[in-house]
Formats: sequence, structure tokens, C-alpha cells
Amino acid sequence: MYAVQIERLTKIYGSGATEVVALADATFDVAPGELVAILGPSGSGKTTLLTTIGLVTEPTRGRVVLDGELIVDNGWPPGLDLKRVRREKLGFIFQHHNLIPFLTTVENVMIALENNGVSTKEARARSMELLESLGLSQRLDHYPSLLSGGESQRTAIARALANRPRIILADEPTAALDTENGKNVMRLLKALAVENDSAILVVTHDHRMVEGFDRIFEVSDGRIVGERRNGSDNA
Amino acid sequence: MNLALRDIRHHRSRFIQTCLGLGLLLGVVMSMSGIYRGLFTDATAILTATAADLWVVQQDTSGPFAATSRLPEDVKYRIRAVPGVAQASALSFQNIQSDRNGKPFRFFLVGYELGGLGGPPVIVAGRPIRQKHYEMVVDRAMRLPLGAKLRLADDDYTVVGHTAKMVSSAGDPVAYVTLADAQKIQFQDDDNAIRNNRARLAEQISRLPFLAPAQAGQLAPQVAAIVGSTHIVNTVVARLAPGADLAEVQARINRWNHFRPLAVQDQERILTEGMIKKAKMQLGLFRAILLVISGVIISLIIYTMTLDKLRVIATLKLIGTRNRVIVGLILEQSLLMGLIAYAVGYTLIGLTHDKFPRRVDLVPVDLVSLFVIVLVICVAASLVGIRKAMRVEPAEALGN
Repeated sequence: MYAVQIERLTKIYGSGATEVVALADATFDVAPGELVAILGPSGSGKTTLLTTIGLVTEPTRGRVVLDGELIVDNGWPPGLDLKRVRREKLGFIFQHHNLIPFLTTVENVMIALENNGVSTKEARARSMELLESLGLSQRLDHYPSLLSGGESQRTAIARALANRPRIILADEPTAALDTENGKNVMRLLKALAVENDSAILVVTHDHRMVEGFDRIFEVSDGRIVGERRNGSDNA
Repeated sequence: MNLALRDIRHHRSRFIQTCLGLGLLLGVVMSMSGIYRGLFTDATAILTATAADLWVVQQDTSGPFAATSRLPEDVKYRIRAVPGVAQASALSFQNIQSDRNGKPFRFFLVGYELGGLGGPPVIVAGRPIRQKHYEMVVDRAMRLPLGAKLRLADDDYTVVGHTAKMVSSAGDPVAYVTLADAQKIQFQDDDNAIRNNRARLAEQISRLPFLAPAQAGQLAPQVAAIVGSTHIVNTVVARLAPGADLAEVQARINRWNHFRPLAVQDQERILTEGMIKKAKMQLGLFRAILLVISGVIISLIIYTMTLDKLRVIATLKLIGTRNRVIVGLILEQSLLMGLIAYAVGYTLIGLTHDKFPRRVDLVPVDLVSLFVIVLVICVAASLVGIRKAMRVEPAEALGN
């Protein structure tokens, strides 16, 4: 079973003369444990692709199947509990980490667990364990403003992983980091994909960061214009 | 995990400063309510302390507090003779203003009969007046120590006792002297005027053609004594015997045609509706305005705090946080702000209300009402922030 399946996923903004096709007929699937990059310049539609899969942007048409469950079928079905799906199946990593500034490192991870009904005590224990595994044991009670860029992104990764989601969506996770820290984050994501058997989709515009990815989709003008697998080129 | 408390913990100083500022505002609202109540208590302080059932005043007046009223003192004997009257006493009231240490010194002087109605209700220091002349009991607010001398109408009066919380309807502290002293202070002319009046009367009487000089000489001092009499009072108060019918007693006194017998409820209405109604309305209006201002301030603060957190709220939505958690974050902060501000205001006014120049009566029903109003304001104020938060799209967490 695929972690992510999308079929002819399309997003059109406006209509008539002002119509803008942000995403056109995107079709692919991602297996569990697979690390996939979506590569393209600014405005190419890669973030739209990510947000339609992440149930943040409603597609104009197309289908999205997450972890075997048909979630989107030509738009969001009425009554769809988007938050439940996001809580249970998805983890998000952002360009600017998006840590909650008034929560400490450990609390930033706990919030994701508590959202899923985990008790505070258990959430704390699991968060501490996760953060320690990411080398943040000395930063548990620090506020985000006191963390370095790399530490902040590792905390954000810990938050995304906290509920052991089947799918992790990362939007330019290295854009705010220097090259070295960026590569470290990518290596970490690769290791986590294998370790947790999670599908990880990473949006980036930086070719240097996609080394070691299982697959790379190239996006331009809202269309997937190329696909590479482990160094091969299928464009 | 309570997000509201976590946010407050992180922005502790800003939150505390806001609560302090709001607390001061609520303290002012509480003091307004207290002054509002105090006006009524002050206005009726003498009425309450006298504990009379009937206030007999000059006909066609609403005296002795709201209008001038003058009665012959001996009316009290007629009133005592009315069936149903257990006790009747004459009282004299006057405002006095003099200078003390270069500052205006105002008080309200009550003249009462020793052993009669209308004297100081409680002596908190010293003793009651025992001599018929030149002793006085003063309210503590006058700041006259025991043994102090106060000069009134050419005589020195010694402070022998202190009473407390006795003020006139204008808020001036009350001093007590005997009725005879009060009459002398209020009605007796100075020595020059007495001499002149006597000479004028003697001169006029001596010119009367039907009187022999010897008769005129004997009549003049008698007439002067009558004209110069100070046996005038402002009211006669009466307490009825148990079971006596107030209306019947009033009807009997009304039949005399020269007096107006006011029940204590009439007197209370004259004092509260006539004399302090506008002041009460003004204070009530101020209180309402201040509450509206408090509501607007809480609303603005909560809205601003929500605006500061829009990206956080978007992130929370994106990671699947339920709406009730986000609503709780805003609502709990608003309520907590209101509660802390209320506590600050209450503490502040509790510590200072005795130091206000006028009485501040903190009545539980007012405090509880304000508490409920503050909670309602906090909930209403948070709605603006909640509305904004609910409209935030999770997508706003992405990008720059």
C-alpha cells in the first residue's frame, strides 16, 4: 500500500481571463520509507502541490489517497475532518520552523501529541525521548528564541514525527539554514524515513540538498516535468 | 497543557502590567460604586443615627436638611402631649465654616438636648457631653484631639469626645453641642447688636404716648428679652410608642396648621431624591462609562494579543490542534486578565477606601455585580479575537 497516491491533481486560481493554473494534472505515488524531493524554482507550483496533499489547499480536481484512505476526490468532501486527517496521518516541517514561541522545546513537541489525545505525562515522556534521540537533551526547557537554526529545525522535525505519521511533508526545511546544517537536516530526514517507514516529501529549490533522495520530481509552471530515481533521469 | 498559561508565562511582564493598568481602572469603578453608595449613607447618616419616627418641621418646608425650617422650641412640649408619642426632642442644625491653619474648615453642628434624641450615636473616644455649656463631641474626621478648644460665637468649646462616620448630607463631618449652646451660636446677636437693639426698643417704647415714663422703662427690657429670644429650633423629632399609629399622630399635628410632620421615609426621600439624586446619576453614568472603557481596553488588548499570534494559530491549526484549544487560548487569557485586574482593583480599593475624603461603601452586592460584569466583558471582548483566530487559514503558517 502506498503512503501517498495522487491522480491528476489540479489547482486553478481565479477564472476566465484571470485564471491561473498553479498545479496541473500531477500524478504520482510514494511508498512508505521513501524520501522524495519536489524540486523547482519559485512560483513553479511545488508548494501548491505540497499543500494540496497536506489538506491545506483544496484542489480544483483530482484525487488524493493517504495511507490507503481516499481523502480528496475532486475537492474536499463535505464533512471531511481535515484536522483529524492532518493529526493522524501527516507531519509538517516548515521553512521557518514555526515553533510556538511561548512553548519550550519539549512543549513544542508535546502539543502535537496532546492534539492526538495523549496525556500530558505520556506526551512529556515521549517528547523528551524523541528530542534526546535528535541530540537536543540539553535544550529541552529552552524557548525557541534561544535555539540555533539547526536546533530549531530538529525540534520542528521532532514535532512532525511525534505522532509517528505515515507521511511527512516538508516545505523548504533547509532554506533558513546554512549549507552544512541543511545537509545534516536532509541526512536526518533520510534516516527517519527508513527508520519510521514514513514517506517524506520535501519541497526545495536547492539542487544541492537532494543528494541521497530516493526520487526527485521536477516541477515547472505547475506541471511535473521530470522524475529521477536514485540518480536515473526519466524526464 | 494549558496554552493560555504558557503564553502568559512567556509574556509575564507585559501581562502583569496590563492587568495592573486594568486593575486601576476597575479600582476606580469600584470606588465610584462605593462613593455612589456612600452618598446615600452620608445623606441619611443623621437621619439613621437619630432613629426618630417623625420629623416635625416648619409648615410648607422640607426642612431641616433640604430647606430652612424654624420652629419655636416649646413646640416640643405640645408634641410630647400628642397621644402615641413616646419621646420628643428639639434639634438644631447649622453649617459652620471657619479657617484653620489657613485652610477652610467646614463642619455641620448639631444641637441636641442632653438625654434626648439626636445626640452622637456612638462615642469612640473620650466621653459624651455632660455639662450644659461649652462642651462638644466631634467626628474623628475633624481631626480635633480630645481637650482641644474650638472658638464659636465668642465662646471656647472643649472637645470631650469623638464620634465616627457621622457626616452631613453634604459630606461635612458632624460636631455636637447642647441645644442651648447651638441656639446661642446660631441665633444670638453679638454684644453691640444687642445693645443697639435694646436702645432702639427703649427709645421707641418711650415715645408711646399712652405709657408713663416709668411704665415704658419697665416694659422695654421685657420686650427686648422676647425679641432677642434664641429659643428657636430647626426641627422637633419624635419617637412613637410601640403600637402607635404614625398616620394618626401626623394627622393630629397637621391640624395645628403651622407644622409639617414628616415620617422618616418622607425625610429619606427628600434627602436621597432631592439632594443627592443628580450626584448619584452622575456617578452612575461615570461608572457605566468606565465599564465601557474597560471593555474596549480588554477587547483591544485581547485583539492585539491575537494578532501577535496569528502565525502561531495558523501553525496550531496546521498540526491539527482542535478549535476549542485555540478558543481556550484566547478566552482563558481574557478571563484571567479580568480576574487578576479585578483582584488588583479590589485590593487597591480595599486598602485605600478609608482614606477617601468622602465615604466609600463597598457593598457585597455591588462587588459581586461588578465581578459578573467583568466576566461578561472579558467573554465579549475575547469574541473579537476568537473571530479573528477562527478565520486564520492553516496555509498562513507556510511561506514567509
